[in-house]
Amino acid sequence: MNSSLHPGPASLANSEPPFIRRLLLAVALIFLTLFLFVPLAAVFYEALRKGVGVYLAAITDPYALDAIRLTLLSAAIAVPLNVIFGVSAAWAIAKFEFYGKSMLITLIDLPFAVSPVIAGLIYVLLFGAQGWLGPWLTGHGIKIIFAVPGIVLATVFVTVPFIARELIPLMQAQGTEEEEAAMVLGASGWLTFWRITLPNIKWGLLYGVVLCTARAMGEFGAVSVVSGHIRGLTNTLPLHVEILYNEYQFAATFACASLLTLLALVMLALKALIERHTLRQRRIAISGESI
Amino acid sequence: MIFRFRQPSVLPGFGLTLGFTLGYLGLIVLIPLAMAFTQAFHLSWDQFWRTVTAPRVLASYRLTFGAAFLAATINTGFGFIVAWVLVRYPFPGKRLVDALVDLPFALPTAVAGITLAAIYSSNGWIGHALEPLGMKIAFTPLGVIVALVFISLPFVVRTVQPVLEDLEAEVEEAAASLGADRWQIFWRVLFPAIRPALLTGFTLAFARAIGEYGSVIFIAGNLPMVSEITPLLIVSKLEQYDYSGAAAVSVVMLVISFLLLLLINLLQRWSRIQRGWETVI
Amino acid sequence: MSIDIQGLYKRFGHFVALDGINLTIPAGQLVALLGPSGCGKTTLLRIIAGLETADRGQILFNGEDASRRQVQDRQVGFVFQHYALFQHMSVFENVAFGLRVRPRACRPSDAQIRDKVQTLLELVQLSWVANRYPSQLSGGQRQRIALARALAVEPQVLLLDEPFGALDTKVRKELRRWLRRLHDDLHITSVFVTHDQEEALEVADQIVVMNRGCIEQMGSPQEVYDAPATPFVYQFLGNINLFHSRVHAGWAKVGGLRVQVPEHDDAEYAPAMAYVRPHDIDVLREPEDGDTTLPATISRVSLLGSLVRLELTQAPSGEIAEVEMTRERYLADPLQAGDLVFVKPRQLRVFLYDNSRAGSPVPMRWSGDGDGI
Repeated sequence: MNSSLHPGPASLANSEPPFIRRLLLAVALIFLTLFLFVPLAAVFYEALRKGVGVYLAAITDPYALDAIRLTLLSAAIAVPLNVIFGVSAAWAIAKFEFYGKSMLITLIDLPFAVSPVIAGLIYVLLFGAQGWLGPWLTGHGIKIIFAVPGIVLATVFVTVPFIARELIPLMQAQGTEEEEAAMVLGASGWLTFWRITLPNIKWGLLYGVVLCTARAMGEFGAVSVVSGHIRGLTNTLPLHVEILYNEYQFAATFACASLLTLLALVMLALKALIERHTLRQRRIAISGESI
Repeated sequence: MIFRFRQPSVLPGFGLTLGFTLGYLGLIVLIPLAMAFTQAFHLSWDQFWRTVTAPRVLASYRLTFGAAFLAATINTGFGFIVAWVLVRYPFPGKRLVDALVDLPFALPTAVAGITLAAIYSSNGWIGHALEPLGMKIAFTPLGVIVALVFISLPFVVRTVQPVLEDLEAEVEEAAASLGADRWQIFWRVLFPAIRPALLTGFTLAFARAIGEYGSVIFIAGNLPMVSEITPLLIVSKLEQYDYSGAAAVSVVMLVISFLLLLLINLLQRWSRIQRGWETVI
Repeated sequence: MSIDIQGLYKRFGHFVALDGINLTIPAGQLVALLGPSGCGKTTLLRIIAGLETADRGQILFNGEDASRRQVQDRQVGFVFQHYALFQHMSVFENVAFGLRVRPRACRPSDAQIRDKVQTLLELVQLSWVANRYPSQLSGGQRQRIALARALAVEPQVLLLDEPFGALDTKVRKELRRWLRRLHDDLHITSVFVTHDQEEALEVADQIVVMNRGCIEQMGSPQEVYDAPATPFVYQFLGNINLFHSRVHAGWAKVGGLRVQVPEHDDAEYAPAMAYVRPHDIDVLREPEDGDTTLPATISRVSLLGSLVRLELTQAPSGEIAEVEMTRERYLADPLQAGDLVFVKPRQLRVFLYDNSRAGSPVPMRWSGDGDGI
């Protein structure tokens, strides 16, 4: 989405005077520096300020390792669930015409509009000790709130739209002709999906997975409400960062924060790679048209 | 005519996929969300009204919506310039800058919160520089705005950027050939084309900023009546086991969020119509 | 394989796409479904393929009801308007797809598949692109690969949706001839959809002219061109001149002209339209005896290669008519703009207003791409 097929001003008629260009460029870069680059640098500076020893100690602390494990676990559950949901929703929405479609698309976007805190709250209201299902769950010895299932649920909630949102427009643009062609040639529905649809959407799917993973690992508000902050049990890495911060262990705080930041940077790099790949494919497709 | 839920198609799996989609949405999103409403209506209307209009709650709305509005406005202005620069001007490191614009989407909000608090506090890199000017940012309402600017920064850039890329150079050349100067071309030709995207970006940023929690609580200071945002208020009610109170305030926020979501959809539709992708029905 | 279509009816929302279609497509023929955008031709083709289901009516393949048969089991080859090649597969894999997805029991071996695909690629004269991807091919090449892919499953029927619609004129003409030759070699029952009358006239054995979900006429290219059954067919195929007319007791009066129309014996002062092809008009310097000629003024002469087109204005009514003649004939007596002449239709068809379903009596030339339904 971010690189142009025809970058830069196309002609002299369309460009501003040089001082305006320099001014705009300076304004943009100063703004981004104050709000993006300085914080990014600060994370690593603060993390390493007390030396590499403190840094390593902080990220190999057993509680930190537990938090990392739980973060990975909740992402490992939430992302595949949302992959299935996203593919399924996109198939229904993009390949068929039915009433209420735009309503459904809006509903899928809903978790984006809900404050993460409220996302956590509603699960507490549903599954908490005083919640609707609370007494029944306690009776059966099932614990959701202040336990791992609650954290997973909250993570799933906040990441519901990511993959569906990537796939719906993509599959709508691709239409149904290739699938129809496969079926005329004798392929069954499943086979058509695996051999035709999936290869066509794999890059979009991957893109969605990257965005979804980044959010799943970084979610704070919703998880914070349902977690109960039990060290070693229900602490994800972002929650661990909060606890360390509140205990004034700044070096350890930023050490763990730097891990999350690195993760975010990796996700951004993957995202940029996928964007470049799809752009190249689009270019090939466009140049192919004109042969 | 015969009512038909969907147009028939040879492709299979409609029932399965739609059923799964609705079931999943219902279980994960809709039924839990309905809980907030049912819990809030445990209160009588009077109690509900008193809860959601208590002075401390009102102060939190003012801060949350005011700061979110300001942050979205700041991002609309600067985000537009960033998008313009990224699309139109070549400069070294552009690809890196372009990729990093998405950082606030990828960075956990807690990390953003502690980092912003660290650099904007009185002994931080930027806070230190601002203190002689008499400006305190961290642990004041200003800090809330800074955090919200950070987390909603990509929205305007990412909605405006593709529109700027799609603008055809011929349109500007045509305007220039008709005698318009650069400034007139911008205001009369370019800006109207970008306006819907700008508005959509603003609304998305605003909606996101209203609900933000993680980054704000570290930098805000969280003083009731002064620097306490509504999501934090919900959390503190929850910690006091005031479930109905938390649900009541949540309902107010949810309704506002839904209205914003509706507005976003209308805006996006409007911009598609403006760009000729869809006809008015 | 012959195809019988009986009472087919299909509606999309309020739009009636097919309104009672009865049609027999004889085995081994190449049939064109011709009509303007939205006439239902693509819908009909998709229903034959099993890609849409009709609301009512039946489709018989060789006398056997195929309406209930799934698209996979219909043994049809379908060539999509935009080819629908699988973008992520090489040309070879595209053509091989239909063989590879067969159930294990009747799936050919890899070697057999390779031979078959090779043969097909040679048939479409593209064996050298086997390892390329669809995005690396030109439009005409994609079209031929789409055809090879459809033929790989040895279909009983070949269905082509606007097969040349997305190509430029030169490639179109080449492919048209090529498809005709291919059909002469394979003799597989084929149906193709087009909105281009020239394409239908040149390639097809039979033309089915459709309009607003109905069949206007079916016949050989010569039949539909020379003896159009309805005003619509007259207007759709070739150029025409229209004259307001009045019919009474077997005689039509067009301006000062009187023509015998025995098919309208019982009409009484009925308003009508007379249809004349531009090349069915003689232009004379002198009037003939009797009411067989109309006076007109030449307003424009255009030399169009082998043809010369004259634009005439009729003296009293101001109606404009077009006349086409060969270059030789024109040069034998070069008429100039402003000359007073007398026109004499050699062949003229009269349709009464009330049985004309063609709608607006204005000469139309249809163009546009695809009908999207």
